[in-house]
Amino acid sequence: MGAAWRTIAHYRQAMKILMLGWELPPHNSGGLGVACYHLSKALAQEGASIDFVVPYSAKHENIDFMNIHAATKLSPLHKFGVGAYDHSFDIVSEPGSEVNDAKNIRGIQRHYVKYIERLVKKKRFDAIHAHDWLTMEAGIRAKQMTDAPLIVHVHATEFDRAGGNKGNPLIHEIEYQGLMIADRIVAVSDITRRIIIEKYGIPADKVEVIHNAIDVTSFDDGYEYDRRTYRYLEGLHGEGYTIISSVTRFTIQKGLEYLVRAFAKASEKNDRIALLLVGDGEQRDQLISLASELNISDKIFFTGFVRGKQWRDAYSVSDVFVLSSVSEPFGLAALEAAHHKTALILTKQSGVGEVLSNIFRYDFWDIDRLADQIVGIATSDALCSSLKDNVSSEYAKLSWQDVAKKCMAMYQKPRIGVFA
Amino acid sequence: MSQATRGITLYLHVHQPLRVRDYSVFETANDHNYFNEPDTLSERNNKNVFDKVANKSYRPMNALLEKLLTVHEDFKLSLSISGTFLEQAEMWAPDVIESFQRLVNTGRVEILSETYYHSLAFFYSRTEFEAQVEAHKTKIRELFGVDTRVFRNTELAYNDSLARWADEYGFKGILAEGWDPILDWRSPNFVYQPEGTNNIALLLKNYKLSDDLAFRFSNKEWQEWPLTADTYTEWTNAAVHNAKVINLFMDYETFGEHQWEDTGIFTFFEAFVGRWLSNPENTFYTVSDAIDAHQPVGTISMPSTVTWADSERDLTAWLGNSMQQEAMRYLYALEADILRTNDLELIADWRKLQTSDHAYYMCTKWFTDGDVHAYFSPYESPYDAFLYYMNVIRDLRWRLHETHRTGGLRG
Repeated sequence: MGAAWRTIAHYRQAMKILMLGWELPPHNSGGLGVACYHLSKALAQEGASIDFVVPYSAKHENIDFMNIHAATKLSPLHKFGVGAYDHSFDIVSEPGSEVNDAKNIRGIQRHYVKYIERLVKKKRFDAIHAHDWLTMEAGIRAKQMTDAPLIVHVHATEFDRAGGNKGNPLIHEIEYQGLMIADRIVAVSDITRRIIIEKYGIPADKVEVIHNAIDVTSFDDGYEYDRRTYRYLEGLHGEGYTIISSVTRFTIQKGLEYLVRAFAKASEKNDRIALLLVGDGEQRDQLISLASELNISDKIFFTGFVRGKQWRDAYSVSDVFVLSSVSEPFGLAALEAAHHKTALILTKQSGVGEVLSNIFRYDFWDIDRLADQIVGIATSDALCSSLKDNVSSEYAKLSWQDVAKKCMAMYQKPRIGVFA
Repeated sequence: MSQATRGITLYLHVHQPLRVRDYSVFETANDHNYFNEPDTLSERNNKNVFDKVANKSYRPMNALLEKLLTVHEDFKLSLSISGTFLEQAEMWAPDVIESFQRLVNTGRVEILSETYYHSLAFFYSRTEFEAQVEAHKTKIRELFGVDTRVFRNTELAYNDSLARWADEYGFKGILAEGWDPILDWRSPNFVYQPEGTNNIALLLKNYKLSDDLAFRFSNKEWQEWPLTADTYTEWTNAAVHNAKVINLFMDYETFGEHQWEDTGIFTFFEAFVGRWLSNPENTFYTVSDAIDAHQPVGTISMPSTVTWADSERDLTAWLGNSMQQEAMRYLYALEADILRTNDLELIADWRKLQTSDHAYYMCTKWFTDGDVHAYFSPYESPYDAFLYYMNVIRDLRWRLHETHRTGGLRG
């Protein structure tokens, strides 16, 4: 009997996973919450028992497959600008300041760590799974106190968020410590794995790539495309226009300036194209100015931040979806777009491109190439429909269940991390 | 009756734009209502703004003007009243229209000619510009029973070719800014003739004395604060010494809206009118009176456009950045298609979008100066103003395309 028997017994008891996250839908400001949700759901289906900790208090009505813990009494954080993507601010108001300065992200993180300390004293866990720098310190603390293996799941590094700039040195330091002390590291793409190895100097054999997936059933909610939502764009369709779109946060990481410049070049060659920019962010005003300097304002449509139907209809009205990121560890939006039957153009710096073949790719800075691809699709119905049809048979094969299976296997693996 | 040899030409500009509501991509092609913001408390709700300004400015100031006209037989003034103002007053404050009518009925209040829609059409389309001047003349005749004879262009935007146009059109006078770099050693306090014209006179704004009231009156940082009627009478008397006219041109809303009642602007003004007229040499002129009473002392040329705005006195607050230029280009590009429809609602909407305030709300030049507080606008930012406006332009294209089968969505 021995090891094999123990493993089976372990499974029967259910793996107890301490999941350290920062957000879950519907209280998310981006893809991190979506990925954590689907991963946890699939793990639960694989038999894991999950305690998921978030740093705020809110109802998650549709989640019954795991225990959700609120580390603070704050309402969802993105409302204060300290959500998963808002941490470029005020980060240096380090020690000294008390734990109760709760609206500062460091203060919230200290609350979070205290909560984890109390939790691991009450309950035993088989593995600790921390997501991104936001909860790495809590993960390290939990590992010190319990000796359970620490898995650090990297959805994005500070190098990605900084979009080619240096980024915040304190965040880099936290990431470095978390990656060093982790027993195993999950990277959401090979691009991210290489950053972890090359920029943080982490031994390659500790880092495994597990690409994100898409849960197509989560889109089965009776949705039907409403042509009136973007009625003007449908009108342009009627005049033979090709609608290009991007659905994203308007930050430097997302490379939208290159997209707008490429779009301007493309519209010199073919004026029957329109660009739908869905989202909001610090770069919005700059993009509006740029469009008017390039004299193409009337071809670019800004929706602001949208959810629900308007969000899905934005994909549906589009012929081509462009993921223009300067650095994108994965890029779930591309799969969402594919699910709504668009052709995809992705930067070579976007991880999701590693799992798709029927797409166009370009280097984020190469606006000539992007313009060329846009014109190519706009002028060839055959090309456009081939891309749409073929990618739609690819994307659906990416399943969260496969991701969960890989994670379950990883929880069992012998530990090779540093003992903190 | 009076032995007066010199006077103040007081000219007040009455205007409210029709602000564009939060008009998103999702409204575009679905809802053709651009100007009726449903949120009654919004700064973009035109009725809300109009009611506020009517109570703070139009009602109390008209009451004061009526009183001054009764008390002082030499008190006179001129008004320019935009068509977009009159339409809103007719809808929401008919008593305000009536009070203006009483002023005009005294025979001592002259109404100026301008573009009905308070537009910068002169710089885009001569035919559209003239159509708006005619529409305004008609509206003034209907409401006030008078003919306009002196022209002022939107934002006092003036150049030699505008003066030649007004001369040929038959106006007896035209107004402009008395801007130092143009005047050089000359004083704004005389009547002039525009370069290259035959029968038209030019009245130049004395911006220093005008701005003392319009901009500085309530400014506690100003070394002259608080300004008294005595001091201001001294300044005006000194300025008119050996001269003929002092042209005080400003927004009507200076009284009660830009300068609130609690600054003392109304009592100041009432006292000043009495003090000024206590000198038998002094009087008030309407713009036509000033031109009739004084021969031009020389000609003035302004080859480039001069306005009454900002330290640059040019059009950059309206047409200085690429968003403003682009928005206006798209708007005026629709002219032929829109007019051809004979769809009166569509044409009126298109014209309401020509009001210069829309472009002003897109101005970013104060941001580059770091003076964000100079951004007076009902919108969160110039970029928001631009996005809403662009969506409206698209909707105009949609209406042309859907209803009239003219024009394309591509503009």
